[in-house]
Amino acid sequence: MKELLEKYPPSMESLLDILHELQAAEPRHYLTPDALRAVAVYLNVPLSEVVSTATFYSMYSLVPRGRHIVRICESPPCQLVGADSLLDLLAAHLRVAVGETTEDGVFTLETTSCLGVCGVAPAMMVDDELYGNLTKEKLIGVIADVRRSDAAS
Amino acid sequence: MLRARGHVLIAVNEEALLAGARDVERALGDLLAEEGLADEIRVIETGDVGVTGRGVVLVVHPDGVRYGNVRVADIAEIVREHLLKGRPVERLRLPLTPTRATGLVRQARIVLENCGRIDPESLDEAIATSAYEAMAKILETKIAPADVIAEVKRSGLRGRGGAGFPTGVKWSFTAPGDVKYIVCNADEGEPGTFKDRLILEGDPHRLLEGMMIAGYAVGASKGYIYVRGEYGLSIRRLQRAIDDARRAGILGKRVLESTFSFDIEIKKGAGAYVCGEETSLIESIEGKRGYPRIKPPYPGAVGLWKKPTVVNNVETLANVPPILLRGADWFRDFGTAGSPGTKVYTILGHVRNPGLIEVEMGTPLRTILDEYGGGVRDGKRFKAALLGGAAGAVISERGLDVPMDFDGPKEYAAVLGSGAILVIDEEASVVDLLHGILRFFRHESCGQCAPCRSGTAVLVELSERIRSGRGTADDLERLVHVAKAMHATSLCPLGQSPILPIQTAVDSFREEFEACMAKPCGARA
Repeated sequence: MKELLEKYPPSMESLLDILHELQAAEPRHYLTPDALRAVAVYLNVPLSEVVSTATFYSMYSLVPRGRHIVRICESPPCQLVGADSLLDLLAAHLRVAVGETTEDGVFTLETTSCLGVCGVAPAMMVDDELYGNLTKEKLIGVIADVRRSDAAS
Repeated sequence: MLRARGHVLIAVNEEALLAGARDVERALGDLLAEEGLADEIRVIETGDVGVTGRGVVLVVHPDGVRYGNVRVADIAEIVREHLLKGRPVERLRLPLTPTRATGLVRQARIVLENCGRIDPESLDEAIATSAYEAMAKILETKIAPADVIAEVKRSGLRGRGGAGFPTGVKWSFTAPGDVKYIVCNADEGEPGTFKDRLILEGDPHRLLEGMMIAGYAVGASKGYIYVRGEYGLSIRRLQRAIDDARRAGILGKRVLESTFSFDIEIKKGAGAYVCGEETSLIESIEGKRGYPRIKPPYPGAVGLWKKPTVVNNVETLANVPPILLRGADWFRDFGTAGSPGTKVYTILGHVRNPGLIEVEMGTPLRTILDEYGGGVRDGKRFKAALLGGAAGAVISERGLDVPMDFDGPKEYAAVLGSGAILVIDEEASVVDLLHGILRFFRHESCGQCAPCRSGTAVLVELSERIRSGRGTADDLERLVHVAKAMHATSLCPLGQSPILPIQTAVDSFREEFEACMAKPCGARA
């Protein structure tokens, strides 16, 4: 962790970058209490300031998430072409509500505002990968693929 | 471009990547090598070529043939028929729609002139298409900063991020000081908007040069590009461009061996729509919650770390180099007297040819819809267009012929910046569309000020009631009333915005809302 922190100058300006990297390094994709404390010490600011920033942005989580994060775009261009029913379908398929993690810890289901790939709506992001022109079959197929590669790793 | 008999441009942007562009590119390269064509035909990665929703797109030059939805299995036919024998593969050809790539309609290309033509990861190709020439000219001929600002003022360039504030005037308002900053707002979050992403992915050096010129003009030596955290490819290409420019002595200390120094850093956002507001964005760069500041003071006086700061949008800055290179008069040849230049739009939804276009300011929506978008798809009738994303306006058939520029009615002027045009056909529900917009605002309200925090939730509640057939005429009035109160009392544009989509939707489609009161409508029907 020390090594990671020292890549950035110890000023508040580095905070978002540090949080991005710490979260990416954590298998459960969240900011652990220890990590947040270490950042506060490194930047020499109160822990409350670090937590304040970390809880503002939707890309950060302070609770453990699944090994893979599924984000369904719920902005108007995607809704127009059926994003809502895809979200309902996926929630039922994974047996979780939005924001929850599956029991086996593989997936967390989230929604996101516009991903900026509206030309291929409806769209979603799984971890860093984008998927567009989603249909029910394709959605379930992608989920199955990710589950398979997760089991293999 | 390197000398070769022919070129195959492959559009590599986020959309193409997820349609398998890498596999197609690999297959193409392999087969060209196998057929001994590797030296004759060059494969070049480029940015967006102005086609959206058509998977992997290839453009073959010199014939200018465009292929869409290309799969690995199609490569053999393209190579053997077209590249070897000169017979284009008709079944894959994209229709000759009047886009800038076909040249069938007069396209005014300023911002996108290199997008889809050059390899965005090559500094050499950027330089071959006059990147950094304007900056070099300014430094070599020692044009004074005040004269650079005067030229931008004279060009009439207005901010392409939102309301169209004159860029030169904004620069001239920068307070005196030793340390100043240029911030590029690339936090493109308006639903339906991705024109900035395609500029970043297609011609990143253009943006860097625009920032350098802005820095020279106002006396700043540091610039930040604040990019959405979701824009992975943009961030990688920008970083590559910055690294290349630094190595070439273009960015950094003593730019092009002059006394001017300027460097640029990327700041990655973390998922907050409100950070598109300039003061929230500044707070976010400082590592804090993206809460908007109370204005005034404006960033030009008290900005990043309390220093004078210019915040400009990607498209605005991308207009700056050609203005300085070719002059303000050249720029004023495009567009209207009050809003010179061009505008980049993304046209989406129920249209035949969704895509990215650049047209002169003042072009009416009908022209964009029919000539560039190819009309409403599946032979259906046009119902409405949401112009400008969530914080936008719902335009009905009646509004299609209004020239769109910053001097037009506020339904157009206020929302032009984001350039998003979302078209819906006769079968879609405006009530549903509005509901989606209101949910978006509820999700994205930052919670700092009460009118927006509570107001956005109340709007969704009212809209849900109307949509599900439980609403009354009073609820519709309250929807407008609450949004008006939010407009009057919210701290930043987020809370001030819902009134525009609500008012425009209710004004043009009142009967549809009223019909919902009797029985549930839209998706709930």
